[in-house]
Amino acid sequence: MIEIDEVSATLGGTRVLDRVSARIAPGRVTALVGPNGAGKSTLLAVIGRLLKPSSGTVRLDGREISAIPSPDLARRLAILRQATQIAPRLTLRDLVGFGRYPHSGGRLGDADRAIVETCLAELDLAPFADRHLDSVSGGQRQRALIAMTLAQTPGVLLLDEPLNNLDLGHVRRTMDVLAARARAGTAVVVVLHDLTVAARFADDLVALKAGRLFASGPPEDVLTADTLSALYETDIAVHDVAGTRVVMA
Amino acid sequence: MEHRRLVLAAAAFTLASVLFLTLGARGNWSFALMFRAERLLALAVVGTAVAWSTIAFQTVTGNRILTPSIMGFDALYLLIQTMLVAALGGLGAATLGALPRFGIETGLMIGAALVLFAVLLRRGADLTLLVLTGIVFGILFRSLAGLVNRLIDPSEFAIVQGAAFARFTTVDDRLLWIGTAATALAAALLWRRRDRLDVVALGRETAIGLGIDHDREARRLLALVAVLVSVSTALVGPVVFFGLLVSAITHGIAGTWRHATVLPLSGLVSATILVGGQTLFERVLAFETSVSVVIEGLGGLVFLFLIFRRSAR
Repeated sequence: MIEIDEVSATLGGTRVLDRVSARIAPGRVTALVGPNGAGKSTLLAVIGRLLKPSSGTVRLDGREISAIPSPDLARRLAILRQATQIAPRLTLRDLVGFGRYPHSGGRLGDADRAIVETCLAELDLAPFADRHLDSVSGGQRQRALIAMTLAQTPGVLLLDEPLNNLDLGHVRRTMDVLAARARAGTAVVVVLHDLTVAARFADDLVALKAGRLFASGPPEDVLTADTLSALYETDIAVHDVAGTRVVMA
Repeated sequence: MEHRRLVLAAAAFTLASVLFLTLGARGNWSFALMFRAERLLALAVVGTAVAWSTIAFQTVTGNRILTPSIMGFDALYLLIQTMLVAALGGLGAATLGALPRFGIETGLMIGAALVLFAVLLRRGADLTLLVLTGIVFGILFRSLAGLVNRLIDPSEFAIVQGAAFARFTTVDDRLLWIGTAATALAAALLWRRRDRLDVVALGRETAIGLGIDHDREARRLLALVAVLVSVSTALVGPVVFFGLLVSAITHGIAGTWRHATVLPLSGLVSATILVGGQTLFERVLAFETSVSVVIEGLGGLVFLFLIFRRSAR
């Protein structure tokens, strides 16, 4: 369980998170939604300890996250940032192998290698595993980065816009993999802009606007025309198509 | 494949070493071998220090066209030489003794670097700011040295000028052993961190996500870099572009990004160039000029090539 209490954060002198509180439960997919600049990526960075909050606390299973030693935290929590740049010329297998670093210290054993291969296969990357990052498509690269976080086998998975560059088939496949991880007990937090995907795969939603918590709860409570229209300040319609909410601007 | 490249590099270094030790040796072989072996050790130590410090510095900064020299080590070294000559006079500086001079030089260079790293990185400054601050300090040290150089006697200025170029042929015996021990210790500590260096190379946020306390790790790595650069500079003088040449060749032939291969390979490449170059210049071409001038020139060309290649992308 992640408990976020009254968290505020400042970037370049501007307050980008303002006393945000939320609970993220294990075994569920939580979608962070909201307009550009709402503070979604910042909140994810604060939870992942990439950014220190100016006030407030984040607790993981009752323990303040800043008090957890970095290697311990990396075994329990994995984070993928938006537009992650990797400088060295790595193969996809090498990159995913780094996900085992918190467990193996850089010396992969047979069990680590098996996990890496599973993660590569889960995201349809096995045929490209020996290709270098600079010789694959943007979507394949993005899936490799997601696979690296999966290889960390964390209890909490934080993904900032993981569906960028993915085609529809791989959006579905990736969300299926994340939902399966959630069913196995992982707390999955995903920043999403596609609200129809959020409606289909998320168990809970946390909506931010201008750095503040705007709404939270299950999709049927948050993904309503009124709430979304107020959140995005534009007319939004929500239709029910074959039991799934489809959000249209 | 990586193993094979290391073996080939080790073979090249062995060949260069054998030629260095034996080519043109006459008279008392045991004396000649002992004399040359000490110089060979000096070249290997300086080569390793320059190579490992450059590779680690480039990994921490995430930039392959930087060398630790950009942080102003060479400028501080020249300022120290200038101040010593100005304070003690040419004769006083020359008779200061190798050990005290080595202590002053390494102490000041390591101390200055550690203060800079501690102050800036503890305040959360990013590495770009650190590098830029180092460059500004380098300019300051150079300007101060220039100012003092104008005030001292021309004959004393000639002594300072003599220290401005690396000299691989005249290393004091006692300094060599102290330098070897310091380099071996720093290199051993760096070697222990080789897997962490792999993760640091992925960038700050990814490294933190994988459990590395990036800022603390960067401080430790830069401290080791400072020790290696300071010791090699105090041993033979300032070496600015050579590390860049070694890094470019190593990354070109390594076929891997893993520091477990890149570090030893860079040391072998560096030592082979120094030993091979010295053999070629001294024994084959019978040139009096220092090999450092040519190697630095080549390193400068590599620097320009890397900049133009990056601009073309």
